[in-house]
Amino acid sequence: MTLAEALPTSGAVHAPEPVLRVEGLCVSVRTEVGLKPLVQDLSFTLNRGETLAIAGESGSGKSITSLAIMGLLPPPAVRVTGGRVLLGGQDLTALPEAALRTIRGDRIAMIFQEPMTSLNPVMTVGTQLAEAIRAHEPVSRAEAQKRAVAALQAVRLSEPDRRMRQYPHELSGGMRQRVMIAMALALRPEVLIADEPTTALDVTVQREILDLLRDLQSELGTAIILITHDMGVVAEMADRVIVMRQGRLVETATTTDIFAKPQADYTRALLAAVPRIGRAEPRPPVSGDPVARLTDVVVRYPLRGGLLGGVTQNVHAVEHVSFDIRKGETFALVGESGCGKSTIAKALVGLAPHQGRIEIAGQALESLDAKGLKAMRRKVQMVFQDPMAALNPRMCVGDLIAEPLVIHRIGTPADQRARAADLMAHVGLEASHLDRYPHEFSGGQRQRICIARALALQPDLIIADESVSALDVSVQARVLDLLRVLQREFGMSYLFISHDMAVVDNVSDRVAVMYLGQIVEMGTRSQIFGNPTHPYTRRLIEAVPVPDPTRKPAPRARLAGEVPSPLHRPRSGPPRVVLRDIGGGHLVGSSPGAAADRS
Amino acid sequence: MAAYLIRRLIQSALILLGVSFITFFLLYVLPADPVRQIAGRSATAQTVENIREQLGLDKPFVVQYGRYLTGLLQGDMGRSYLQKTEVAELILSRLPATLLLMLGAIVCELVLGLSMGIAAALWRGRAVDQALMMTSFITVSAPQFVVSLLLLYVFAVRLGWFPIGGYGTFAHLVLPALTLGILGSGWYSRMMRSSMIDVLRADYIRTARAKGLGRARVVLRHALPNAILPVIAMIGIDIGIFMGGIVVVESVFGWPGIGQLAWQAIQRVDIPIIMGVTLVSAFAIVIGNLLADLIAPFIDPRITLR
Repeated sequence: MTLAEALPTSGAVHAPEPVLRVEGLCVSVRTEVGLKPLVQDLSFTLNRGETLAIAGESGSGKSITSLAIMGLLPPPAVRVTGGRVLLGGQDLTALPEAALRTIRGDRIAMIFQEPMTSLNPVMTVGTQLAEAIRAHEPVSRAEAQKRAVAALQAVRLSEPDRRMRQYPHELSGGMRQRVMIAMALALRPEVLIADEPTTALDVTVQREILDLLRDLQSELGTAIILITHDMGVVAEMADRVIVMRQGRLVETATTTDIFAKPQADYTRALLAAVPRIGRAEPRPPVSGDPVARLTDVVVRYPLRGGLLGGVTQNVHAVEHVSFDIRKGETFALVGESGCGKSTIAKALVGLAPHQGRIEIAGQALESLDAKGLKAMRRKVQMVFQDPMAALNPRMCVGDLIAEPLVIHRIGTPADQRARAADLMAHVGLEASHLDRYPHEFSGGQRQRICIARALALQPDLIIADESVSALDVSVQARVLDLLRVLQREFGMSYLFISHDMAVVDNVSDRVAVMYLGQIVEMGTRSQIFGNPTHPYTRRLIEAVPVPDPTRKPAPRARLAGEVPSPLHRPRSGPPRVVLRDIGGGHLVGSSPGAAADRS
Repeated sequence: MAAYLIRRLIQSALILLGVSFITFFLLYVLPADPVRQIAGRSATAQTVENIREQLGLDKPFVVQYGRYLTGLLQGDMGRSYLQKTEVAELILSRLPATLLLMLGAIVCELVLGLSMGIAAALWRGRAVDQALMMTSFITVSAPQFVVSLLLLYVFAVRLGWFPIGGYGTFAHLVLPALTLGILGSGWYSRMMRSSMIDVLRADYIRTARAKGLGRARVVLRHALPNAILPVIAMIGIDIGIFMGGIVVVESVFGWPGIGQLAWQAIQRVDIPIIMGVTLVSAFAIVIGNLLADLIAPFIDPRITLR
């Protein structure tokens, strides 16, 4: 019997024993116009063994709070301007850097959002782990190495000895986050701050990491501050919740209470905006003509090497994908990173060399010359994930929205400007803001600008590639509403590419699930979510954290292992998934192996 | 790796071929006539023609270039018109001096440039940073002869710490190497500063601090190896700039290297020497860049050569 089984899973049963107390914390940033508050008068207590979630949207001050506790606020502009952070009677905000250093990593440890960038790329995993141990304990190099291996074992990383000698880039995102956790917990800190620890990970990997954090917590009794925007993660992980907004505490309660009877309006609005599986209204089936049809599309990228630069391997990004998108429907492509969903989007607009056949409005892409391709692009427009990166910061919004018209030489400059103003109004922005620049808008507004730009040419198809993934849930809900309204008004189709099963369930008519470049299941939304048949689809749906603390997830087989490589030698490839109709057009892949061998 | 190396060496050979062609062509179309230089002012037209014929300079360009290339492939760089010695011999006798100066200069450049850049990045926006960046701006814009004469005047003439010129001891090396080092340090310090500022903002630096590591370890062990990568690529490029600068500095300090040789040869239109020095310089640049590329994977394991 392990320690984990001997103890109750929640610390709430014990008499609460505070480890960390935050009293009236204020953090401000120095700007040209004086001090601007980022966190105001925040107080909370963290008890031994409990998980306290700090939930909030961007700009709520949740990450700043965690950095303030660690004493890692970016100097000199941002600093603590009031209040105390008490760890066992010591006020951390008053400690000099040298004293703080002995606490950081030893008594309070932290894991960050981006496992891809949070480890030093030029040092081995082993060195980075061992130095964390040696920074606080006077142990020999060999002893530190031994303990580092033990820490890697504790986070259930396979082949810990080999991992020690590997560099971060040789590990997947999930493995790196395990290394981060191993590093944070190696010295058994009293407090672990996890700042969006799973936000950058795929949903099945998120599931593994959340399970791991919970297991380790019950083994070690660490108190966790979990910072997240995801109410599903909150419901699954936290004992208590603090909801923050614009630097202030909005509401604090036990997790059950927050979800069952939220007091503040903001909390209610936040919870209402969270997309949930199985909540979507049924939509009438769409049976228009196809606006796009893909037949047996294959995209491979050659990797070259050797003396003559010959092709040594191919990346099989997309393998034999066939589907069509009907007029006026929303067709969703879901899958985890690297499954080929964005590559399909690129191929559709002629940006990825492909084999097979892609037809847009009845015209085969392969038969078009440069001029034809340009004309075709009027029919297909894209909206990307990061609106700030997709908008030229040196162009005003009016020019940005009118640019497609300029490129395709449609109308006079006056017409174009009028059309831009009209589109601004359609996407819910003020037409008088045409002369403003992208940085003057919020994230959600910027995405609306991108949508307006995509609408400018009145396309038949808009490809929305993770278009709402970077947005806060409340903003996301409004942008999704906008997309729906526009579809009703203009009748175009969407190819909605996403990793978020809950969002997909809410917006789509039909869904295709992709895994390693192939479609493993395809059907109407109710077929996919009502009767998920392929094991991978099921796993994707089960992995989504449910924003309902009363529905404790059923114990299931813990997932482990890595996605197989999409690299294959020339003239070989992955086993082909054959789709079978199991009734009503619900296609399910039946290849032996593929996804199933991972669980 | 072996395939990469072979491919790079083939590329290098092609680059050298291109350099030889362009230089030879430029010298061919140059209005200055080497034969006039050799024959002297009082020579008769007949003598001039004899010399021209003797050197093969009356032949068409293609024949001349073909001859030169054939010789080159057999390791024959030709004979100097005026010094009547093998060019290869002349260059070989002077190459050690130049390589020594180059080594000294690169060490000076890196020590000065990197430490200035790191200091500026760490105290970004403060007086230290502004002073260092001002200094680097001055060194970047100062002409070589000004810096070398200034150093000569202060340290050799007034203070008498170092010899005024010549070659032989370590003391002789200090001033010319320092001149080139100071001139190059501005580029390196600016590059190092911006690279370091980027790296200090990186997530893994925050992780290192969150582990409770000391500032020195964070900067030297975590930030520096990441920040130095673009600088290493620059050393390769810098050898080219260096080859240009060496002509002036060797002349000022009377340093018997190939820069001085080139300077004399250019004045006298001694084509075989000019060709030889150009090719040796080009070779150094090509090798320098190749070395820089070969070093990179040892610092950043994400870089693979293929």
